[in-house]
Amino acid sequence: MPLNDLIRRTRQGQPRAIARLITRIENGAAAAEIIPRIYAATGRAHVIGVTGAPGSGKSSLVNELAKALRRRDYKVGIVAVDPSSPFTGGALLGDRVRMQDLSGDKGIFIRSLASRGNLGGLSEATAAVVKVLDAAGFDTILVETVGAGQAEVSIASAAHTTLVIEAPGMGDDVQSIKAGILEIADVLVVNKADRPGAARTVRSLKMMLQLGQAMPVNHHGRSLQTTAVSPNGMENDNFWQTPVLETVAIDGTGIEALLDVVLAHKAHLQATDGWLKQEKIRSRREVEQLLHARFMEQFQTAVSQNDREQLITAIANRETDPYTAVAAIFAQINE
Amino acid sequence: MDNFKPRILVAKPGLDGHDRGVKVVARALRDAGMEVIYTGLRQTPEMIVEAALQEDVDGIGLSILSGAHMPLMARIMELIAEHGMTDVPIFLGGIIPDEDISRLNEMGVAGVFGPGTNMDKITAFVWEQVRTRA
Repeated sequence: MPLNDLIRRTRQGQPRAIARLITRIENGAAAAEIIPRIYAATGRAHVIGVTGAPGSGKSSLVNELAKALRRRDYKVGIVAVDPSSPFTGGALLGDRVRMQDLSGDKGIFIRSLASRGNLGGLSEATAAVVKVLDAAGFDTILVETVGAGQAEVSIASAAHTTLVIEAPGMGDDVQSIKAGILEIADVLVVNKADRPGAARTVRSLKMMLQLGQAMPVNHHGRSLQTTAVSPNGMENDNFWQTPVLETVAIDGTGIEALLDVVLAHKAHLQATDGWLKQEKIRSRREVEQLLHARFMEQFQTAVSQNDREQLITAIANRETDPYTAVAAIFAQINE
Repeated sequence: MDNFKPRILVAKPGLDGHDRGVKVVARALRDAGMEVIYTGLRQTPEMIVEAALQEDVDGIGLSILSGAHMPLMARIMELIAEHGMTDVPIFLGGIIPDEDISRLNEMGVAGVFGPGTNMDKITAFVWEQVRTRA
C-alpha cells in the first residue's frame, strides 16, 4: 500500500494500517519519511511509562490499567518492549500473555517490540511507534519497558508520567536510596502488595522520598529539617510529591486509586509548565539520538568496513588508542 | 528492508492446556533469529487473528492437541480471509491425523508438523516461508 494511503488510514484509526506503518518504521529508514507527515497531529496523547524489575508485574499492571482507562472511555494504545538476544538477534515477546483480557476491544491496540540491541529499556523505534499511535487517535499510550535493573531510565524522557513498579522483598533500605531507576518515578507502585514484606517495602520507599525533600523527619524523637533537592530541577511550588501506592495487579486491587493518581499527575503537568518541560526533554533527546545515528552513518560511509576493522585491530593490539583513532576519523570526515 | 526480522505469532487455540511443545518451538524460532510473539494458552480464533493483525506478523504458528483442529482452523482461516491476511503463512503442530493434513493444506495451511519433528526442519521451513517478505 502506498505510504500516503497508509498514513491516511492510520489517522482514521484503522488497525491494519497502524500495524503496517509501525512495521515500516521498525524495519528501515521509513521513519524519516513518515514522522514529518504525522508530527503535527501528535502531542495529544498522555504517554505513561511502566518500568520495573523482571517479574514485578508490569504486564499485569498494564492490563489492569488499560481496563480501568477503558471504563473511563479513554482509547488506549500499548507498546510493550521485551529484550532481543544479543547472540541471535531473536526475541520472545511474551507481554501479551498477561493482556488477554484486552482482546476484542476496538478501543485498544497492542504492539510488542523487541529491543533490537538498544540499551536503556526501550527499542530505537519506540518513540516513533508512540507517535503513530498518538496520530491514530489513542488518548493514552502505555509504554512497558523491558525488565529493568538499576539504570534503564530511557523511559523517563519518553513518557509524561513514569510508574516504577517494585515488588516486596527486593533488597534492603540501602537499595532504595541508590541513584537510578527510583529517581525517575512520578509514581511508585508496590505491586504484589498481598505478599509478606509489602509494608516494609512501602516504608523504605517513603523514607527514600522524604530524604529528598524539605520536610521535617522524625529522628530519635527530634524533628530534623532536611535540605530540599528537587529531582527534576523543578521549582518547589511546582513540586510533585511522588506517591507510593500498593496494588495487587492479578485481582485488580488498588488499580482505580492508581489511575486516579496517574491522572492527577497529568493534570499537575498541565496546570504547571511540567507538560511543556517534559516535551522539551523528549524533543532534546530525540534530536540527540537522531544526530548520533546520522554521525554513525557518516562515519560508516566515510571509513570503509576494511579500514574500520584495521583500526579496531590496531586498538586491540595497543598500536594506537581509541582517542587517537577517533581524532583521525574526524580529521578524515572533515577533510 | 534494512533491518528485516521475521515476526512470528505463536499461540495455542482451543481448550487443551499442554503448552510444552509450543514453547519449545517458540524458543527454537527465537534462537533462529526471529521475533516470536507468544500469546499463550486457550486462545480463541478471534484473539489469534486480532493479535496477528496488530502485530503485523510474517507468519503464524499454532499448536492444537485437542483434536478440534478442523473447526478451529476453519474459523481461523475464515477470519484471516476477512481481514485480507491470506498472504501470511500459517503452520500447525500437534496431534493431527494424516488424513486431515491434505484438507488443512486445501484450507491454506502452509505446513503441518507432528510430534517428534526435528526443530531445524521447522525453523528452516519458517525461514523459507517468510524470506520473500523481507
